[in-house]
Amino acid sequence: MNQMLQTRFDGPWVKVGRVDDIPLQGSRVVKTHGGEVAVFKAADGRVFALRNRCPHKGGPLSEGIVHGHAVTCPLHNWVISLETGEAQGADSGCTKVIGVLVEDGVVHLDLSRLPRLMEAAE
Amino acid sequence: MDKTSLIVVGNGMAAGRVLEHLLEADRDAYAVTVFNAEPRVNYNRIMLSPVLSGEKTYEDILIHDDAWYAANGVTLVKGEAIVGIDRETKTVRTAGGAVHGYDKLLIATGSNPLIIPLPGKDLPGVVTYRDLDDVEKMMAAASQGGRAVVIGGGLLGLEAAAGLRAQGMEVTVLHLMPTLMERQLDPAAGYLLQKAIEDRGIEVLCKANTHAILGDTTVTGVKLDDGREIACSLVVMAVGIRPNMALAKDAGLAVNRGVLVDDGMRTSDPDIFAVGECVEHRGVCYGLVAPLYESAKVVAAGLTGSEGAYTGSVTATKLKVTGIDLFSAGDFADAKDRQEIVYRAPGVYKRLVLRDNVLIGAVLYGETADGSWFFDLIKSGSDISAMRDTLIFGPAFAGGEPLDPTAAVAALPDDAQICGCNGVCKGTIVSAIGAKGLSSLDDVRAVTKASASCGSCTPLVEKLIVATIGDKYQAAAVEPICKCTDLGHDEVRRMIVAKGLRSIPAVMQELSWKTSCGCAKCRPALNYYLVCEWPGEYEDDSQSRFINERVHANIQKDGTYSVVPRMWGGVTSPAELRAIADVAEKFNIPSVKVTGGQRIDLLGVRKEDLPAVWADLGKAGMISGAAYAKGLRTVKTCVGSEWCRFGTQDSTGLGIKIEKAMWGSWTPAKVKLGVSGCPRNCAEATCKDIGVVCVEAGYEIHFAGAAGLHVRQTEVLTLVPTEEEAMEIILALTQLYREQGRYLERIYKWAKRVGTPSIKAAIVDDPERRRVYADRFRFSQQFSQVDPWAERVKGLEAHEFAPMAEVGFKEAAE
Ligand SMILES: Cc1cc2nc3c(=O)[nH]c(=O)nc-3n(C[C@H](O)[C@H](O)[C@H](O)COP(=O)(O)OP(=O)(O)OC[C@H]3O[C@@H](n4cnc5c(N)ncnc54)[C@H](O)[C@@H]3O)c2cc1C
Repeated sequence: MNQMLQTRFDGPWVKVGRVDDIPLQGSRVVKTHGGEVAVFKAADGRVFALRNRCPHKGGPLSEGIVHGHAVTCPLHNWVISLETGEAQGADSGCTKVIGVLVEDGVVHLDLSRLPRLMEAAE
Repeated sequence: MDKTSLIVVGNGMAAGRVLEHLLEADRDAYAVTVFNAEPRVNYNRIMLSPVLSGEKTYEDILIHDDAWYAANGVTLVKGEAIVGIDRETKTVRTAGGAVHGYDKLLIATGSNPLIIPLPGKDLPGVVTYRDLDDVEKMMAAASQGGRAVVIGGGLLGLEAAAGLRAQGMEVTVLHLMPTLMERQLDPAAGYLLQKAIEDRGIEVLCKANTHAILGDTTVTGVKLDDGREIACSLVVMAVGIRPNMALAKDAGLAVNRGVLVDDGMRTSDPDIFAVGECVEHRGVCYGLVAPLYESAKVVAAGLTGSEGAYTGSVTATKLKVTGIDLFSAGDFADAKDRQEIVYRAPGVYKRLVLRDNVLIGAVLYGETADGSWFFDLIKSGSDISAMRDTLIFGPAFAGGEPLDPTAAVAALPDDAQICGCNGVCKGTIVSAIGAKGLSSLDDVRAVTKASASCGSCTPLVEKLIVATIGDKYQAAAVEPICKCTDLGHDEVRRMIVAKGLRSIPAVMQELSWKTSCGCAKCRPALNYYLVCEWPGEYEDDSQSRFINERVHANIQKDGTYSVVPRMWGGVTSPAELRAIADVAEKFNIPSVKVTGGQRIDLLGVRKEDLPAVWADLGKAGMISGAAYAKGLRTVKTCVGSEWCRFGTQDSTGLGIKIEKAMWGSWTPAKVKLGVSGCPRNCAEATCKDIGVVCVEAGYEIHFAGAAGLHVRQTEVLTLVPTEEEAMEIILALTQLYREQGRYLERIYKWAKRVGTPSIKAAIVDDPERRRVYADRFRFSQQFSQVDPWAERVKGLEAHEFAPMAEVGFKEAAE
């Protein structure tokens, strides 16, 4: 167990706060050098993170309503999967998914690929 | 000449049905006198559970009202029991001592609930579940809160438990056996049911044998055999029924478990008939309505000289607890010569009992749509060997080809029973539709009685109408709120009130939401309905609000926000303007614009700056303008009589009064008002949700205008002479809209849907109702007139306005 934790924390994980800091069925923003990340907590308590930009017109997904494992963008009601970042239903487009690790109630994000992700998406 | 006299003892479901058939066969055959121990007319006993749960009222379940007896010349003596029958003199004696002669007598005394002879059984607070008095006692007890203990986990006990729970009581069900409804369900399915009951917040204790009912002057608890004590203020005994045959027995009629009758429904005395739960026919005592409906026809025939024969019934039952689907039919007991087919899926259990390739019993839990199809197979006794493998999957698979539901109904034979309560088969409905040109569910109910009793066959009847007349079917088309439910907005609201649902999870659980926690469409709607229904009680769920209402500002396309402080009636001051100017400079707000609602919009504010911006505006006395709310937005005014040479009244003053009374209120969709000081209408009041046009004689109140995607001129609601009346009408109108409007439905759409006459009737024609609505509005305003900006300046929901973390480049790059 310790061994495993060790390897995990050796890796890219960056501590961003506690699970309790995120409202249930809500979201918080993490500001990074490469833009904003939206961190979500679904009704079942699972934590997800996406780049905070709707694939449609760049709406801030952190401001949307969280339902199931999806969020509805506040600008034009696109529904984005928290698991895959993909737009649901008839819409198509994809938002980058950011790796999340929760240990002892603390949320860690994998931001290592972020600069490249952001560039790729612009 | 005196008519032959018929005396009916008891006025329950059976007696009522006999009278209908009798009057239909020959209106003038008898002078009919009915004695009813209950002090009331004839009502639908099987619907007592919806009355108990609050989903229906007593008036809703009446079968024959006073007018019916008058119109049909039937004498009904309410609240008078018959205590003796003298067959020698052909007379009956009432409890009051009166004696009445009969030519024919009908005994329809129903059954009595069993009472376990426990210590304490006679204490006040111990009730059975049989008639309206019992329901009223339960509801009175429920209004005091506390816990109820229901003894008996059968159909009746569970319905009582669910009803009491819906009335807000804590409820414990005590059941003797290890699992609920053990006669119908195997233990695993009984467990499914138990969980569903427990999910409703009802405690279920199986293997619980009651030892005593506790209390000195009234019930205080129940003691179990194992020593456990459960404190409670109400005990409901629902452990079974026993045919009520004392009267018949005392009169010397042949009885066994019930009053013995032959196939003509005659007792051992040829002038005395008996019907309903009090009888024993071919060795069977029934406890359901279908058999008595069938035998009632035979009684009526016997009374009018055209002999019929009743040969017994196969019965089916449904548990009438909203959201739990349980159906059973026929004989489903275990025995050697029988085989079973059992099917399970999450939340679903089906069991078919076969004997010699004939279906003899069926139990369905969780998915009951195929119930009537199985029931028909049981009744017809057909050989099912050819479809045995797919039998459990229902009619859709029976023919090899999957059928759509309407086609499946169309495929039913003409004698397939559709309505179990009223014994109406498909052929009867189809021919009534054809012969009478019926095109709606209500028509079919009125003419055939199908779906008119417990209503559980309604979907079947609707499909049958569609199968018969296709597109001409006037479906009371209810559009579901969203894909998470089949219920429409109005139904959901009714259930929120009826069942006292006070949270979003409660609504979803009780109304069987299909998703685990709703979606972005239903959650904001439910949140609004709960806010509206339970002012001061319901705690707003901010995660179910759209971002604008969650952070009390309007999101813009670049993710920044706009801020609009209130300017009462469009009136501002140098101090306010100075504060706005200072804020705009201090926070580098890029855009300052005057809005159409006579106030100032600060556009391009960063989310993190919102609380500080509000703090500065607040210091100058300004509050949120709710420019983002499905609620009161603006009250636009002209300068009115104070300055204008045409002004007839103080329109600015009235506008400010209205805005002060209405700010903070939540409504189904946004509400904008206008008050013009004269018919020149500078405030454009005639395209607002609610408008006032001042005239010499007073105030013309307008409503249902729109100037958005749709443009619509208002309608005039009324003209009132004083400001006070104008205010009262506007508040009442808003409240009516709050209670009836569907979420996101603007006033003009609501008015179109419900019709202006109904609105006028409530708000204009009936001052009493108007006052009630206005008072309800004022009451709810007590709780909603809190400035959301000030609250957030003080730190409420601070997490909304601050990032969770800021991660520097180095950390992340590592
Ligand atoms: C809560 C509840 C739910 C039910 N749900 C269903 C269901 O879903 N489906 C179903 O098929 N069945 C259901 N039943 C059973 C159904 O109601 C009965 O089968 C039916 O009411 C029997 O009709 P009846 O006329 O024989 O007796 P009742 O309807 O009981 O009528 C008998 C009447 O006679 C009166 N009476 C008795 N003695 C005298 C006297 N000496 N003098 C004058 N009047 C007298 C009684 O006060 C009573 O009003 C339910 C019953 C209850 C209580």
